[in-house]
Amino acid sequence: MNDTPPNSFRNMPDDRGHFGEFGGRYVAETLMPLILDLEKQYRAAQADPAFEEEFNDLLQNYVGRPSPLYYAESLTEEVRKDAPEGKGAQIWFKRDELNHTGAHKINNCVGQILLAMRMGKTRIIAETGAGQHGVATATVCARFGLPCTIFMGATDVARQKPNLFRMKLLGAEVVPVTSGAATLKDAMNEALRDWVANVHDTFYIIGTAAGPHPYPELVRDFQSVIGKEARAQMLDRTGRLPDMLVAAIGGGSNAIGLFHPFLDDPDVKMLGIEAAGHGLDKEHAASLAGGGPGILHGNKTYLLQDEDGQITEAHSISAGLDYPGIGPEHSWLKESGRVDYDSATDTEALDAFQLLCRTEGIIPALEPSHAIAAVVREAVKMDRDQIILANLCGRGDKDIFTVAEALGTEI
Amino acid sequence: MTDRLSSSFPADRAALVTFVTAGDPTPADTGAILDALVEGGADIIELGMPFTDPMADGPSIQEADIRSLAAGTTTANIFNMAREFRQRHPDTPLVLMGYANPMTIRGSEWFANACVDAGVDAVICVDIPVEEDESLGDALRAKDVAVIRLATPTTDAERLPQILSNASGFLYYVSVAGITGQQQAAQASIEEAVARLKAGTDLPVAVGFGVRTPEQAADIARVADGVVVGSAIVEIVGEYGKDAAPHVRDYVKSLSDAIRVARHG
Repeated sequence: MNDTPPNSFRNMPDDRGHFGEFGGRYVAETLMPLILDLEKQYRAAQADPAFEEEFNDLLQNYVGRPSPLYYAESLTEEVRKDAPEGKGAQIWFKRDELNHTGAHKINNCVGQILLAMRMGKTRIIAETGAGQHGVATATVCARFGLPCTIFMGATDVARQKPNLFRMKLLGAEVVPVTSGAATLKDAMNEALRDWVANVHDTFYIIGTAAGPHPYPELVRDFQSVIGKEARAQMLDRTGRLPDMLVAAIGGGSNAIGLFHPFLDDPDVKMLGIEAAGHGLDKEHAASLAGGGPGILHGNKTYLLQDEDGQITEAHSISAGLDYPGIGPEHSWLKESGRVDYDSATDTEALDAFQLLCRTEGIIPALEPSHAIAAVVREAVKMDRDQIILANLCGRGDKDIFTVAEALGTEI
Repeated sequence: MTDRLSSSFPADRAALVTFVTAGDPTPADTGAILDALVEGGADIIELGMPFTDPMADGPSIQEADIRSLAAGTTTANIFNMAREFRQRHPDTPLVLMGYANPMTIRGSEWFANACVDAGVDAVICVDIPVEEDESLGDALRAKDVAVIRLATPTTDAERLPQILSNASGFLYYVSVAGITGQQQAAQASIEEAVARLKAGTDLPVAVGFGVRTPEQAADIARVADGVVVGSAIVEIVGEYGKDAAPHVRDYVKSLSDAIRVARHG
C-alpha cells in the first residue's frame, strides 16, 4: 500500500498496526514474537513475485476466480415496482458465492496457508462461526497436506451441521467449544488458547479482518481481490464506477475486500450492513451501531460490551455475523466518515433471502441476505441510471435448515 | 507504593505470590479468602479481575471468572475489595491482574487513579504487551503504580531489553508457553531462564504457571525470587465455595512452609 498518496484512505495501518486509534497488537507476551515474525514474513512475501504468482494461480485455477459480476435485472425490476417514478437503481452482484467452497472465505485461506508454509509451520488452527471459514481452512489444509483443528462454538455446531460434516470429510478435527454462548467469540478464545500452547509449529488462520496486527491488514489484502476484480469488471462492462457498494459485516472481511480498492474513488459511496438480530433495541450483533471502542482478541475496535468492559453476547440468525466485534479498519472507516454503516434485522434478512431466491434463482447465504435487504432499501431511493453493487459473499445451501425453521417449515 | 512491593522479597528466601479471582464465588466472599492467603503466609497478593473472555487462562480460572461475573461482580466491587484489604493489611502488596478491556474501558487515567485510591501497588495486564504500553502503562507509572511485565519461553534475548524498559515491581516469568493451570515446566528450563533474566535486570524474578505442590514451589524457590501460585488456589475456591477460606489458608501454608525451608534443604 506504499504507492498510495499520503491523504489516501488506503494507506492504513501505520507501521505499528494501528488504524487511527484502532487495531494494534493486544496479545499475551507468548504470542508477541510470533506476531512480529508473521509480519516480517508477510512483508517478505509481499516483495516476492513468486508468492503473488502462486496466490493468483490458485485463485484462478483452484478457487475459480475471477468471480462473475452480474446484473440482477429481475431483482432490479421487482424493486422498481415499489419505487417512486424514475427511481430504482440497477442492482449488480459480485458473485463470490460461486467460489470453490461457496463463499469468499477461501480467498484469504489460500493466502494464509501459503504464508504458513513459507514460515515452515506444520499445523493449522482456525475458528469458525457459520462454518464457511472452517470449511475453507479444511479445504486448503487438505490440498496442501497439513493437519488442521477447527474450533467451533457448540451452538454453531448444532445450527450448521452441513458445514460440520464438510469439515470432517475434508479431514479436519472439529472441536466444539462450550464456554460462553458457545459461538464465534468463544471459538476464537479457544483457538487463541491452543495457539499460545503450540506457538512453535502452529499457524492460526484467522477468518476475518480482525485480530492482532498484521492479521487485519493481510486478510484485507487477500480479500481485496474481490474489489479489484469488481472495479475492473464494472469499468469494462459499463465504462463507469458503481454509485454505491454494499456488503454485510460480521468481522467485515468480505466488506473490506470489496471496499478497499474503491476507497480513493470519492464518488463511490459505501455501506456496511451489520446484523440487527431481533432489533437494535433488543439482542443484536451490530457493534458499530450498539457498541463502543474496546480491546478484544488482539485489537482495539468497536465491541458490544457493558460499562465495565465485559463483552456482551451478540445475536444474529446468521452464525457468520454472530460476533460482538468488528475488524478495526471498519471502526476507523466509520469514524473517518468514508464508509456508512447501517443494519438489517433477522426478519429483513429472511425476507431478502426469499426475494433473491424467487427473483434471481440464487439462494444466498444468510450473511449477504443482510446486504440484500439494504440494497432493496437503498435502490428505491436512487435514480434508475445509478448502479448499486453488493457482494454476494456466500451461497445459502448451508442455511436451508435454519431458514426452514425460521419459516416454520419442516424439511 | 512500589516500596511495599520491593520490600516484600526477603533476602533469605523466595516470596510466595498467590492469585485469586475477585468476586469468586461472590463479592462478599473475597475478603475472607484474601485474609486466608495472608494468614497462610503469602507475601504478595494478585487479585484477578474477572473477564468474560479470558483468552490466556485455562479452565480453572475461566470457571472462576464465570462464577464471579454470574454473582454480579463489578469493577467498583473489586476496588472496594482492594480498599478494604489495604485497611486490614497495610503492609501486604496487592497486585491487580487481568485483561485490557476492563482496565481501559473508562480510560487509563481513571484506572490509575482508582488503583491509587484503593491502595493497589501494581498491575499485570495479560494482553497489553510492551508494544501497546501507552494504552495503560503511562498512566499507571505517572501515579507510581508498578507495571509488571511478563517474560515467557518465547521471549528471546533481542526482545528482553524491550520488555524490561519501564518495567517495575518484579518480572513475572511465565514458565510455560500455554494457558494458566496446565503442565509445569521442567526445573532445568526454569533455572536456565531465571539465570538469563536475572542477567538482564535487577528486578526480582517470580516464576509461575502450573505450580501446584509444595515440592514444586520449593524447587522454584531455590532458584527464583518468587513463586506464583494461582489455578491451584482458584480450584480450592471452586471446590469449597463460600467455605473455602480455611482450606485456602491450609494449602497456602503448605506452600509457604516448603518455600521457607527450600534454601536450607
